[in-house]
Amino acid sequence: MYTNFGTVFIFVIIGIILVAFPLLLQRILAPSRKTPDKLTTYECGEDAVGGAWIQFNIRFYVVALIFIIFDVEVILLFPWAVVYKELGLFAFVEMMIFLAILSVGLIYIWRKGDLDWVKYSVPYGRGRYKKLKIVPKQVPAVVAEIGDRGSTIVDVTTS
Amino acid sequence: MVDLLLQKFSEVSFLSGMPSALLFVLAATLIALPLFMFVAVNALVAVYAERKISAFMQDRLGPMGQGVGLHAGKWGLLQTVADAIKLLIKEDIIPALADRKLFILAPFILFVGAFIVFVGIPFNQHILVADFNIGVFYIIAMSSIGVIGIIMAGYSSNNKWSLYGAMRSAAQIISYEIPLALSLITVIMLVGSLKMQDIIIAQHGLIWGILPNWFIFNNPFTFIAFFIFFISGVAEVNRTPFDLPEAESELVAGFHTEYSGMRWAFFFLAEYANMFIVAAMTSIIFLGGWQSPIPGFLNGPGWGLFWFFSKAGFLIFVMMWFRWTFPRLRTDQLMQMCWKYFLPFSLINLLGVGLWDLWLN
Repeated sequence: MYTNFGTVFIFVIIGIILVAFPLLLQRILAPSRKTPDKLTTYECGEDAVGGAWIQFNIRFYVVALIFIIFDVEVILLFPWAVVYKELGLFAFVEMMIFLAILSVGLIYIWRKGDLDWVKYSVPYGRGRYKKLKIVPKQVPAVVAEIGDRGSTIVDVTTS
Repeated sequence: MVDLLLQKFSEVSFLSGMPSALLFVLAATLIALPLFMFVAVNALVAVYAERKISAFMQDRLGPMGQGVGLHAGKWGLLQTVADAIKLLIKEDIIPALADRKLFILAPFILFVGAFIVFVGIPFNQHILVADFNIGVFYIIAMSSIGVIGIIMAGYSSNNKWSLYGAMRSAAQIISYEIPLALSLITVIMLVGSLKMQDIIIAQHGLIWGILPNWFIFNNPFTFIAFFIFFISGVAEVNRTPFDLPEAESELVAGFHTEYSGMRWAFFFLAEYANMFIVAAMTSIIFLGGWQSPIPGFLNGPGWGLFWFFSKAGFLIFVMMWFRWTFPRLRTDQLMQMCWKYFLPFSLINLLGVGLWDLWLN
């Protein structure tokens, strides 16, 4: 009569109660002497500069997009995996065709550089940029000793 | 477990008159409370173990009783209990600029998300709250609810560190979910069922003559899948070397920078609960769960509990060992490892297991 998910529902309610109870207990036991300083946003002891509405790296968005594609694929694979033993070769061929199509997409985003966290606007060393190379920056000996690891891009065809 | 308890209830005379819905709620509550205690005790023990293990690995003593009064008990055994009491009587601070509703809601979502996963984990032959016919899928789905809590905490704090930590954490958790699930599918292909108990029972007996028939030893592809699964699991729970979201030296504490007292304690509890879930899942799926390493030897329900906790405990120890062995990865290395190594490898694994299964049958 009662499904397993009924148990989960009751667990959710009990979980909420069991989280709320210690928080209530804390409200009774703990002191509450708020000062404006205590309520400021933490930023390493300094006064906070600006809000948290900062510009964000677009990479996170790309990762989320790639995730959605592969997550849907994984969901599709679950029922397939359950019946795999019964269907045998047929299921294997079917799914490999599907995975092959998806792999083309993976290879495409790989080649486009979307899997790299730091995406160079110029793909050094590939295609018409083949002759561009990253060479270490020429620095005075003293600076080099301190450890300046800077580098610069030089067109080796002209220099 | 719920059905078993309902059966017991029907035998008791004064309970038999009650409506069945009420009895069901009573049965589920009676199971939920010990399970919550287990989650809390697991965190206490794991924190103590982590402190001691990290101390011994660094040639220190870790928490110890101090002098005459033995403030933290013998060998510092009461240190974590003292910590819990301290957190309970600590002033609760919600920053003035924070989004109050989301700020309060975040620990609830994170903790309840971790707590309900325990519904599907079999501790031995009989202790399993609900034997779903989609068991593994349920656990994978529920364990990713936590990421909503993390984003909520980071966003509502209105703090730059929190936001950075939350975004990194979300990107990391969703990325590593793909190799995790793909390596899980290799095992499901061999079992042909999503039920947790079916997966464990399928690992009964011997293989290759001497080894137990656990999926880690079943064939070369599941051997690789074990490592992909476990490492992705470590990344999922944001532990070192994948602890970029909470990198102390750059982000203070990541998404829970602004939390203090009991609210923070629930983040902490959820983290250790998730650690246990990853260790338990790895031991159930690849290391035979409650099965004894020698088939037919010490196989009772009590021993089942013992084997399960030894395997899970060992994997938790390995996670702590990782922490003091590997330096933290860089963000680009982290993403590269997931998308460029784990993902292609687990896809090839899938192909390999498919061929292996066709070849054997």
